[in-house]
Amino acid sequence: MMTASLDATFSALSDPTRRAILARLAEGEATVNELVAPFKLSQPAISKHLKVLEKAGLISRGKDAQKRPCRIMAQPLAEANEWLEGYRKIWEANFERLDALLDELKAQKKSKP
Amino acid sequence: MKNVLKVSAVGDREIVVTRDFNAPRTLVWETMSKPEYLTRWLLGPPGWEFTKCEDDQCVGGRFRWEWRGPDGMEMAMTGVYREIVPPERCVRTESFESGCVPQMGEQLATLELIDRGEKTSLKLTVLYPSREARDGAFASGMERGMSASYDRLDDIITGVAV
Repeated sequence: MMTASLDATFSALSDPTRRAILARLAEGEATVNELVAPFKLSQPAISKHLKVLEKAGLISRGKDAQKRPCRIMAQPLAEANEWLEGYRKIWEANFERLDALLDELKAQKKSKP
Repeated sequence: MKNVLKVSAVGDREIVVTRDFNAPRTLVWETMSKPEYLTRWLLGPPGWEFTKCEDDQCVGGRFRWEWRGPDGMEMAMTGVYREIVPPERCVRTESFESGCVPQMGEQLATLELIDRGEKTSLKLTVLYPSREARDGAFASGMERGMSASYDRLDDIITGVAV
């Protein structure tokens, strides 16, 4: 269920700036310079975040040596979302079963005081 | 009204799960401590069943819970009870021996039940051995609850039209 790559995805997503960068890239590819302005961060700081995202497979970078435009990669995000959703569903399902059990026990107690 | 499940990351190494139940505290405690009840609701993903519930419920006592899933997959969790104060508090160590959940070292789980008359508030705090173990289990930065993070992920995913 949980894989090493999923671990890297979550780790990369744990930073709000990196999530914001991904949200920006979801609108279309961008170069480092195009990301510097809206995020009010230095170019090295943005590059560092991009490296983490690239290592986690969340973005890919173009071959153009000068610009190296960044593009979001959908697959790891879809996997991360699926896992989170799955986790939540498991707890929801457990607690819904517990609700039903509690109702049953309450009814029993009423009939057998 | 539906009782809302909240899952949040607190500090560096904790995950907190909260949920209300429409039953008095003693009853909720029973369902969380008696094996015959635990095995009826603590099942995990669809298709899994609780197959073995060894439970020595005293301070220092061990427990070992086993589940079996579709295609014969198995999962086991073991640990030791550190503190038991019926019907309000239970502290135990937990580690996964095998199965689909990764072994991340021993975690410490604290269950607290708060008496609200005909209702009970549950608070489950899981303290992980390291920040990496916690963040490996969940995306961090979710202090405002899991749903906020979902929305964010959903936005991003919608944006790339998966």
